[in-house]
This record gives sequence, structure tokens and C-alpha cells, in this order.
Amino acid sequence: MPLQLILAGILAALCSGLPSLVLPKSSAWGQRLSVLMMLASGAMGLLGAGIALFAPPFPDLGFPWPQAGNSLLGLDPLSAFFLFPVFLIGALGSVYGLGYWPIPRHRENGASLQLFWGFLVAGLGLLLVARHGMAFLLGWEIMALSAFFLVALQDRQAESRKASLVYLMATHVATLALFGLLVLWRASTGSFLLNPVGGDVLGLAAMNAIFVLALLVFGLKAGMMPLHFWLPMAHASAPSQVSAILSGVVLKMGIYGLLRFLSLIPSPPTSWGAIILALGALSGVLGVAFAIAQHDLKRLLAYHSVENIGIILMGLGLAMLGRSLERPDWVVLGLGACLLHVWNHSLFKSLLFFGAGSVVHATGSRQIEEQGGLAKAMPWTSLFFLIGAIAICGLPPLNGFVSEFLVYMGLFRSLGFEGARGSAAVIAAPALALIGALALACFVKVQGTVFLGLPRTARAGRATESPPSMLAPMALLAALCALIGLAPALVSRALDPVIALWAPEGAFRRPDLASLVPLGAIGTMSRFLLAAALATVLGSALLRRVRRGVGTWDCGYARPTARMQYTASSFAASIVDMFAFALRPRVRGPLIFGHFPGPTGMHGEVDDAILDRGIIPAMRGVGHWSDWLKRFQRGLIQHYMLYILIAVLALLCTLIPFGEILAFLSSR
Amino acid sequence: MIELLNALLVIVLVLNLFALGNSRILSVIRIVAVQGALLGVIPLLVHERITTPALIAAVAAIGLKGIAIPAIMIRSLRAAEIKREVEPLVGLLPSIILGALATAVVLLFSRKLGAASEAASNMIIPASISTVLVGFILLITRFKALSQVLGYLVLENGIFIFGMLLIEAIPLVVEMGLLLDLFVGIFVISIITNHINQAFSSMDTRELVSLKE
Repeated sequence: MPLQLILAGILAALCSGLPSLVLPKSSAWGQRLSVLMMLASGAMGLLGAGIALFAPPFPDLGFPWPQAGNSLLGLDPLSAFFLFPVFLIGALGSVYGLGYWPIPRHRENGASLQLFWGFLVAGLGLLLVARHGMAFLLGWEIMALSAFFLVALQDRQAESRKASLVYLMATHVATLALFGLLVLWRASTGSFLLNPVGGDVLGLAAMNAIFVLALLVFGLKAGMMPLHFWLPMAHASAPSQVSAILSGVVLKMGIYGLLRFLSLIPSPPTSWGAIILALGALSGVLGVAFAIAQHDLKRLLAYHSVENIGIILMGLGLAMLGRSLERPDWVVLGLGACLLHVWNHSLFKSLLFFGAGSVVHATGSRQIEEQGGLAKAMPWTSLFFLIGAIAICGLPPLNGFVSEFLVYMGLFRSLGFEGARGSAAVIAAPALALIGALALACFVKVQGTVFLGLPRTARAGRATESPPSMLAPMALLAALCALIGLAPALVSRALDPVIALWAPEGAFRRPDLASLVPLGAIGTMSRFLLAAALATVLGSALLRRVRRGVGTWDCGYARPTARMQYTASSFAASIVDMFAFALRPRVRGPLIFGHFPGPTGMHGEVDDAILDRGIIPAMRGVGHWSDWLKRFQRGLIQHYMLYILIAVLALLCTLIPFGEILAFLSSR
Repeated sequence: MIELLNALLVIVLVLNLFALGNSRILSVIRIVAVQGALLGVIPLLVHERITTPALIAAVAAIGLKGIAIPAIMIRSLRAAEIKREVEPLVGLLPSIILGALATAVVLLFSRKLGAASEAASNMIIPASISTVLVGFILLITRFKALSQVLGYLVLENGIFIFGMLLIEAIPLVVEMGLLLDLFVGIFVISIITNHINQAFSSMDTRELVSLKE
């Protein structure tokens, strides 16, 4: 029953673009019908996923198709867990599009946005219910290609074209590696079915090869640090709800793939967990460091996705270590953190991208330095963005805190295990603390520059609040963030079945998540904090201690201007300098000579370490060396015919009996 | 029968050389038309008795290659208002010599190619390969769009001769399909030729280099 509901949801999503495509572009009804279909799809999908997650286990539903091993699709708690964000963000994003990307105002690409949006959600759903390598690959490709069309939506802009090409290359590399992974899986287990294998079926070499390939495929999709290069550009140049689903949901498919394939292999070597933990810490710290240095609001949020994937991977790495070293509490805490952060990140990152989209919608610019003072003109956007920012920084009353707290708890559990060697995992804890602090600095920069202070441009001064269709999804996401933060005991019921599936009870007993973490106490503390914060806000509002009519940041000057504010770059400069070894900022500094210097300026930029300093120069070298091949491309049909003739003659020459001729000559 | 078949194939080879050595495009069109019509007769000679399918194939081949396609091309030639292939890549006499050399080499080596023991005539394979090669020479050395089309036609004639080896194996439907493809192809190319002529005010395919990326 739940699987049928989810399949109906996938089908509704698949067809949701048709009304927009068919009805005239001048009317808003096509898009409204599409959104209705997406809402129906979301309702069915969420219901199905809910039943699958909370109801007692039921057998996989198979389709009678012997060639595919009779079970093409299936549903288990792990799939259901990841289906939640797919259908939630799928529905909310299309509602958001009503205000953000209305078809009557975007006649050129509005309908294709709806169409590929539906395809993307359908592909994600198919990927998650696939139980056979081919269905998995099909879902994966539908997802990857529809995401490409969404990123390439504004293909009249050179930036968008470049971003979509880089994304396309990255996703093709991932797909190629996925082919390799599935072929290897088939070769070593004898079938394409994604079922757990017994203990000694796979040799160590095959297991390691599967792990490396899985890390490449799913790391590329998830945006793990050395493989994240496609992500900032693609997220920045896509429409905001597309950035939200890319960052909130599509990246998570990398995590899902890793979890799925790792769950199939019974006894992983210890080194796997250590590798994932180290890569997670690297992604986390460098992701947030790169984020601080960005000037583009959406690019900044995209680097934060790298950071959060890092936190998720740290949880996963800990769980893997626990599985290898037979420490069930590590498994429960690490996997709980990993899964909960998947949900949390898809909630607050979508919220933040919706908020960023609202800012872009109002001021027409993604540059942080061109905003300012939007809190007065857009109070609701500002409030929701603040909630998302608090959540992503992992601060107490909201959901980000809960999942990061689980990672801390798990990491501290490794203290004292088997002496110094076993507790090596605990060095990831300071990395997590560093990530939290840097994220806080980064969002102080964003919130302070964009929403507080004075408008830096005329356009920002004329900004108005976004329509309710954009605010409502943000309100719902903010409420969900608050719900998980204030009542974390609720989600532990959603986590337990998934943990039970991933780490079945074998030789050792597995504790419940609730028995390891005082979730109730966290909830009480959060509620108390929220009450205290509300009391402070209300109290200060009642007492009217804030004087109106005074310019922000006037600092006692006689004639303050908006240009005297702290800029985002100057705020971030000290931290960017600290990380200069990795970020390599390019700064064109102010030129100040003499006692009365003339007007001057300062500009700093940070390139992406992998894309701009690694891949593009390397590819340019390849292009340079392969230039000589171009001399064969003359554009003259006569030359091409000559090439064909040469090929035909070469093939005919294979018929010449050289052996006989040689024998004949030697006999003479 | 075999003597007649061999005689026809020799005429086809001679027509190849005529096509290579003629600079007037109208004459080349006529030469290729005659070649196509002659080839249309071959299926009737290869079979021991004349069946309805073979008759249909022969009539269709003669009608298309001997009448319809040349008619389209002559119309296209008139519309384009050109007469000659001036300055081909390789001169007319050298290209005749090249074609003759290719034919001679193929005839010499065809015995080594083997494979055709049960064929109706031991001339079929060399005739086919040398016609294909002549088609290639035309395609490579001529620059006018219509000459290119003629090169394709000669090439196709060579392949058609090779098909005689498989006459028992290839059903009528496939044969008719091939002819239809060819007809549509030439039809489209003739239309495109006119458009090239209008767009570049020339029929020289070298102008198309400007479309190169």
C-alpha cells in the first residue's frame, strides 16, 4: 500500500509539468494546475513514506518481471526516510515558484522549469525505491539530467551556461563510475539486485574497489570536498527553488547511495570509517572557510552545503567505525546524527535558499555587498532567514543543534577506547567546533550585511516584501526547523527503524537512540531558551528602549552615509586571512600614498580551489596539446571523404594475404 | 548470359572513366544515368528466370536512376546556371589515369579477395570495388555541389553491383527501401544545393568551410 502511494506520487510529479506546457503562457492557470499536481504528489508521497517508516515492517513489493529478478522496486525505512525531503521540498518548491518564477513573466523558460521540476522529483523518487541496479541507474540519470536542464534554464546568460556545463561533466563522470560500480557489483555478487551479501562472498580487493567507486560516484553527487567543484556555480546560477532542491535533496542522494551500498556490505574494514570521517572533517572546515570568503549570497549558501555534507559524513564515518570495531553506541549515535542532519539540512538549507531567492526577487542582485537594511522592508523574509541561519549554525533552540549534538556525543564516546589509537576519532570534535564557530561568523556577516544597516544601493532601498506564495513555504520550513529543535524526542522514533535496518542486531545488542542521548532534556532546554528569548524581545518592545528615528550605524557622526557601514568583505577579512593558505584570496588592495590620498578602492576574490586552480588549468593543458588534432577538421567535405576512403582502403588491406606472399617470396 | 553480364559490367567500368574525364556537369549526369539504367538490367540477367519481384526491382531501378534522378539533377543544374566543373582538385586527365589505375589494381587483386566462387560472374567484385573507388575519387576531387551528388551516385552504383552477389539473400523490400532512400537523398540534396547557391551565390562546397566551428 505505501509503495503504491509513493508510485502514484512519482507519477503525479512526472506529469505535473504538462498543464504548464499545454495551457497558454499568458495565463497563470497552467502553473497553478502544475502546483496542485505537485501538492497532490507531495501529499501521497509523504503519506506513503510515513506509513513505511512508522508502520510495522512489510515485505518488499515486487513486480512480476523475471528478467529483473522479480523485484524492481521496494520500500524500506531507509528509502522512506529519504523520501520525506524529496516530496516535501518538491511540493513546497513548486508553491514557491508561483511567486518567484511565474510563467506569465517568464514565458521563455517558466514551463520548462515546471516540466523538469516534476521530472526531477519523479527521478528522485524512483532512485529511492529502486531495488535493482538498472532501476537505480534509471532514477539516477533522470535525476541528474533534469537537474542539468534546471541549472541550464537561463541559458542566455554565459554564467549559467558555464555552470551547467561543469555540472554536466561532473554528473557524467559520476554516472560513468556508477556504471563501473554496478558492473562490479554484478560481477562479484552475481546479480544486479541491491540485497545484502553474506560475509565472505566479496573478496577484500572487490570490496575496496566497490568502496572507492562508491565514494567517487556518491561523493561527486554529494559535493564532498575534493569533488565539490561543480556545486557552487550550479547552485548560484539556478533559480532559487532549484538551488533549494539541489542543495536540500539532490546532494542527499549521494549520502543515500553511500548508506545504501555500505549497508549491503556486512563487515567493512576500519579504514573505510576513518577515510569517511577525515573527508567529512575536511569538507566541513574548508567548506565553511570558502563560504565566508564569498560575495555572492547563493554561492555562499552553496559552500555551506559542502560544510553540512561534511558534518553528515562525519556522522557516517563514526557509524562505520563503530560497525568495524563493534561499538553499537557509536553506530547508533553516528548514524542518528548523519540521518537527522540529512533531514535538518534539507529543511534549513531550503529555507535559506528560499530566503535568498526572496532577496534576489526584491533587489535583483545576488551580491551581498549590494544589499542592506532589508529587515525594514522585508520583515518576514528577514525573520525566516534568521531562523534558518540560527539552525544552520547549530545553535540551541533549533534543529541544527540536535544533530550536531549527536555528533559530539558520538565522538566523545570514542575517548578512552583501546587507548590512544581508538580515540583518534575524537580529534574530529574540535573540527566540528571550528565548523560551528566559522558558520556563526559567516551568518553574522550575511544577516548583518543583507538585512541590517542601511541600503547600499538604490535598488535595495526600493525593495518590497515577497508575495505570500513565497513566504508560506518558508514559514512551514521554519516551523519544522523549530519543531525538531523543540521536541527532538519525536524524531528519534523516525530514526530508530532506519538505524535498525542499517545495522541489524548481530553479535551485539544495539541500544536505542533515546537511551543514549537525553533528547527530552534537550527539548526542555530549547523550549526554555526560546521562552527566554521571546520574553527579552517582548520586554524590550514593551519598554520602548529602542529610539526610533536614528540612523543605523551613525556612530555619532554628523552626516553618516550608507558607505560608512562595515562591508561584508571587511567583516570577513580577518577570517579569510587566517585561512589564506587554503583560500588563496586575490586582493587588489587600496593604494594609499601621501597625507591626502585620492579616492581608492579594495576588492578581494576567492576562486574555487579545485575548479579554478586545478581542473580548468589542467583541461586547458589537455586542450592545448590536442590542438594539433584540429588540423584534421578542415570543414571540407572532400577531406572527410578522403578520410573515409583511407579507412576503407586500410580495411581492404587486411584482406591482402601477406602470409602467402611472404611464403611465396621465401620459397623463391 | 554470363557473357552478356560481363559485357555490361565492362561498359559500366568504361562509363566510370568517362564520368571522371568529363568536365561538363550535364554530360556527367547523363553518363551516370546510363550507368544506372544499365545496372538496373543486371538483376534480370543474374536470375535464371525472370520473376515478378526481380522485374519490379529492375523497373524501379531503371526508372529512378535512369530517369527520375537525372531529371531532378538537370532541373537543379538549370536553376543554378552553371555548366562546368572548373579547376577540380586533380585535373581531368590525371583523375582518369587514377581511376584506370584503381580499376587495374582491383582487377589484378580480385582473385586474392576470393569469396565469390558461387557468384554469377567473376567480374562482379572487381567491378563493384572499382566503381566505389571511382565514386570516392569524384567525391574527393570535385568541388561543385552537383558533382558531389554525382560522386555519391557512382558510389551507390558500386554498392548496388556488390549487392548482386547477395541477390538471393536480399528481399525485395530491402532493395526498394534502398532505392527510396537514394531517391529521397538526391531529392533533398538537390533542394539544399539550390539553397547553398542562393546563400553563398556559388555552388562551391568549399564555401561551406565558413560554417566550420
